[in-house]
Amino acid sequence: MKTTRTRRARSLLAVPALAAAVTLVLAGCGSRAGDSAEPTAAAESCIDTSGDTIKLGFLNSLTGGMAISEQTVSNVLHMAADEINADGGILGKQIEYVQEDGATDWPTFAEKTEKLLTQDCVAAIFGGWTSSSRKAVKPVVEENNGLFFYPVQYEGLESSPNIYYTGATTNQQIIPAMDYLAAQGVKTLFLAGSDYVFPRTANAIIKLYAAELGIEIVGEEYVPLDKDDWTTQVSKIVAADPDFVFNTINGSSNVGFIKAYYDAGLTPETTPIISVSIAEEEAPAMGHEVTGNYASWNYFQSLQTPNNPGFIERWKAYPDSSGVTSDPMEAAYISLYLYKALAEAAGSFDVDEINAAAAEGGITVDAPEGVVTLDGENHHISKPGNIGRINADNQFDIVWSSEGFIDPDPYLEGYDWFPADVRDALVAAAG
Amino acid sequence: MTKLKPWLPLIGIGVFAVLLLVVAPAVLSMHWINNLGKYCCWAIVAVGIGLAWGRGGMLVLGQGVFFGLGAYTMAMHLTLETAGPGSLPVFMILYDPSAPLPAFWEPFRSDAFTLVAIVLLPVIVASILGYALFKRRVKGAYFAILTQALAVALAVLISSTIRETGGDTGLSDFKYFFGFVLDDDANKIMVFMIAAALLIVCLLVVWQLGRSRFGELLIATRDAEERVRFLGYDPANIKLVAFVVAAVMASIAGAMFVPIVGIITPAEIGASASILMIAGVALGGRASLFGPALGAMAIGWGQSSLGSSWPSGWIYILGLVFILVTLFLPMGLSSLSGRAKSLVWRSRTAATAPAAASAPVLEEVKK
Amino acid sequence: MPTRVRDPTLQNRLQNSAPNRERPHVDALIPPLLNGTALGALLLLAALGLTLTFGQMGVINMAHGEFIMAGAFIAYLTQLVVTSSNISIVLALPLAFLGAGLLGLLLEVGIIQWMYRRPLDTLLVTVGVSLILQQIALQIFPAQGVPVESPGWLDGQADILGYAWPLRQVFTIVLAALCLAALAAWLKYTSFGRRIRATVQNRDLAETSGIPTRTVDRITFFVGSGLAGVAGVAASLIGGTNSQMGTQYIIPAFLVVVAGGVGQIKGTVIAAWAVGIALSFFADWTTGSMAQVLAFVLVVIFLQFRPQGLFTVRTRGLT
Repeated sequence: MKTTRTRRARSLLAVPALAAAVTLVLAGCGSRAGDSAEPTAAAESCIDTSGDTIKLGFLNSLTGGMAISEQTVSNVLHMAADEINADGGILGKQIEYVQEDGATDWPTFAEKTEKLLTQDCVAAIFGGWTSSSRKAVKPVVEENNGLFFYPVQYEGLESSPNIYYTGATTNQQIIPAMDYLAAQGVKTLFLAGSDYVFPRTANAIIKLYAAELGIEIVGEEYVPLDKDDWTTQVSKIVAADPDFVFNTINGSSNVGFIKAYYDAGLTPETTPIISVSIAEEEAPAMGHEVTGNYASWNYFQSLQTPNNPGFIERWKAYPDSSGVTSDPMEAAYISLYLYKALAEAAGSFDVDEINAAAAEGGITVDAPEGVVTLDGENHHISKPGNIGRINADNQFDIVWSSEGFIDPDPYLEGYDWFPADVRDALVAAAG
Repeated sequence: MTKLKPWLPLIGIGVFAVLLLVVAPAVLSMHWINNLGKYCCWAIVAVGIGLAWGRGGMLVLGQGVFFGLGAYTMAMHLTLETAGPGSLPVFMILYDPSAPLPAFWEPFRSDAFTLVAIVLLPVIVASILGYALFKRRVKGAYFAILTQALAVALAVLISSTIRETGGDTGLSDFKYFFGFVLDDDANKIMVFMIAAALLIVCLLVVWQLGRSRFGELLIATRDAEERVRFLGYDPANIKLVAFVVAAVMASIAGAMFVPIVGIITPAEIGASASILMIAGVALGGRASLFGPALGAMAIGWGQSSLGSSWPSGWIYILGLVFILVTLFLPMGLSSLSGRAKSLVWRSRTAATAPAAASAPVLEEVKK
Repeated sequence: MPTRVRDPTLQNRLQNSAPNRERPHVDALIPPLLNGTALGALLLLAALGLTLTFGQMGVINMAHGEFIMAGAFIAYLTQLVVTSSNISIVLALPLAFLGAGLLGLLLEVGIIQWMYRRPLDTLLVTVGVSLILQQIALQIFPAQGVPVESPGWLDGQADILGYAWPLRQVFTIVLAALCLAALAAWLKYTSFGRRIRATVQNRDLAETSGIPTRTVDRITFFVGSGLAGVAGVAASLIGGTNSQMGTQYIIPAFLVVVAGGVGQIKGTVIAAWAVGIALSFFADWTTGSMAQVLAFVLVVIFLQFRPQGLFTVRTRGLT
């Protein structure tokens, strides 16, 4: 090996040179905080409405951990697009969709949203599942004044002029479940959830409401999202012996929980579970161990409504079908029809005109779960509350339904047990 | 020609700088400038990994830890800046609106503290960690697995402390970057330029280190640690410096990632993210100067473009990259040029690397 | 639409609420101790194969988690053919061993055999293999995962010190103990085991003495991977069977092997048990997330003090 000793400190010149370059760059740049009240009023829309097609973006995780759940949402969006196209399209234009993969990676969700809005010039984006994905998408659609339709039940306390939520907010899923438990005379409740924002927020709300209803919370346990081992936590449930377990676990971790619960000798007769993330899609992976437990959703495959049989039939016949229908996929199905209704009410694909049409009110979709109405203020939809009990076929026998549809109330304004200072602070922070 | 040769890497860096700082902003759309900014961040991490792994023989499988330190430092500052003075970040309000800001957040209100912390935090953490590990002669596979475990632990820790860190959803929705409105194309280009300039600086640092006595000792330590020890040097200190420099680079990359991408979550620092940071380095050539950076950019680009057109295919391609490169091109694509002896702009250290490629890891596990 | 009605099945339960259903008092330490032992047994099953492939051969097989996944899917496939879960789970154990073992053999013959002198590179190669296997599983099987029914004879609990210990946990422990005993006996008492040990301690000398080291490598890798398959069957009875299931075992399994002392079976056993117990107690005292963090950090700190793990092979060579 050659030795090279003579050249030390020579090339260090380059560093100050670059530093100077950076300073130059810094000096030449755009607006600073407070320069103008409204930072660059939303980029020019590049939506192309001249042809006989309209471009829409579908953004779902097709690879990575969340593909487990999101693949079905993507498939049902394709089915809805095919249906709408066969029926004449939106405002006479055929839907041309661009499918993007969020890859279970939240920065990728942000990147693809920007790509769909600025490169593909789609009129609206449909998809997302986790709250992380929604929070990654939110600033990008707001900045580019795009539209995002989010199809999954979530923790509420959010609204955006650029997002439409077709899944349940807390007062359409969590609160009906609590009402049901109270009506059954439940006195003690154990909270089990995955360790992330939805269960934490949902449980914060549950604890507030439980105090109001006189239900005692006898335990609260969290396990990381991707972990199957629930044995220690289930031992705590056994020791606490609650009347009911409120389950906000998400994803495949539910399987480990249900198996540990069954193994510990707990049964729906002794200690029933009510879940908010186990639907027809998830139940089969848990086998018979889950049978007899409860779930709170807005839509069940077993729902007796005029539109449901046709929806189930079309989905079963669809090539990429999973064979069963469930709440999140039905909400995704609604989202495309909601966009159709909005565009037709506005007579335009323009985002501001669509939002204006929404604000005027009266937008409805005749969905498999019934006729849902859009709230033009908070961009959520009305939904029926339903509680189902899982039967041996992994279908749900509906044991309780809300009286009529529940209007969306993401900030829980109609519930005086929810602390006003929290609500005000959240609303103020959301602008 | 021979006189010019030592300066070829510098010329290469110059060309690279012109491409990134002058050509790219002129020809690319905003979308691709943003993407390129993101790739630059990964490239910065990769340059550090190239130093620690390619030249130092330490397979750092947990660079997510340092990436996360920098990213969360920056994200906390931007979150506070967006919330405004005296206000709580939105995500904290729900769990207890009246509770004060956690004490460890408070210093991050300061611009200066944030900038210092981005560099100093990884130095402190990497020094403690590295000192403990290297003094105890933990190396090879042990070192890789331990660093990976720490990345997982940090990701889980952040996920579970929702009130303090934002948890699994991370920190997002930043409006300002040190007073600049982020929602402004001119400022976005500026942020991109800073990231690109930092990448150039990192390349210069590694180039300079490679030319120095330290660089030679580092490679010597990689190839024959015991002999270096017998010569009177402490290999632990040599490795520690490389490890700390790599950590600082990862931290800087994380800090720039935040304003460019607009979100940071524990998923970006956990096991799979940390392994993906390695992918580009392996592809490009871990011991070369440009290999890691270009490899990381190539992987980033592949994810953006191939990942769009054929999602599942991209996973297969990524898997095959790992397999084929390691099997047939252990020193990455840059070693192709060495084999062909046709491209001359490679760094001196890279030229010596292929011969040494298999040597450093010979005895690691065989105890 | 049905309206607000009281559910009769629930009323039964809720009317004889709390006071009537007193349970026997269980010492607070017993449940985490027993749960932790079962968790440790599962970790041991996952790590046992690694003590062969990593410990004996120096291969860092990051696809080991996906071999566990393969074992779980084989348990499911067996159940499709033999529908009685009482029998199929017994059949699944050897089949999973064989299936995962063959996958491992394929990996060894196709890729690993070219890189025995580059242990860190085996890590990278197998990361690629693991990505590909996960994606294949995602595309072949229902994305949500598949159910593996546990046999009827595993329903119920055994009464240990007043605590109703799930039989499925006992099963995991028995299975781990059987695999451990078989592996130890195989390594210690068979001529093949001696060949493995000879190859590990001095490959060149072993080869000179007429030991076919290539065959030894292949069989060792086959057995090591096969053990992952058995772990997969156990895992399928405890958690979900889906494309992502392997990822949660790989890091803890490697930590266990490293902490136990690479290639040291008794070290692996103690380390697995200790990590399992630690996870359960931490989960009992703090949260499931904190338990992960604390357990990982403790192992890393432990290795500061014993970088070679609990037990080491003494050699005269320089490192």
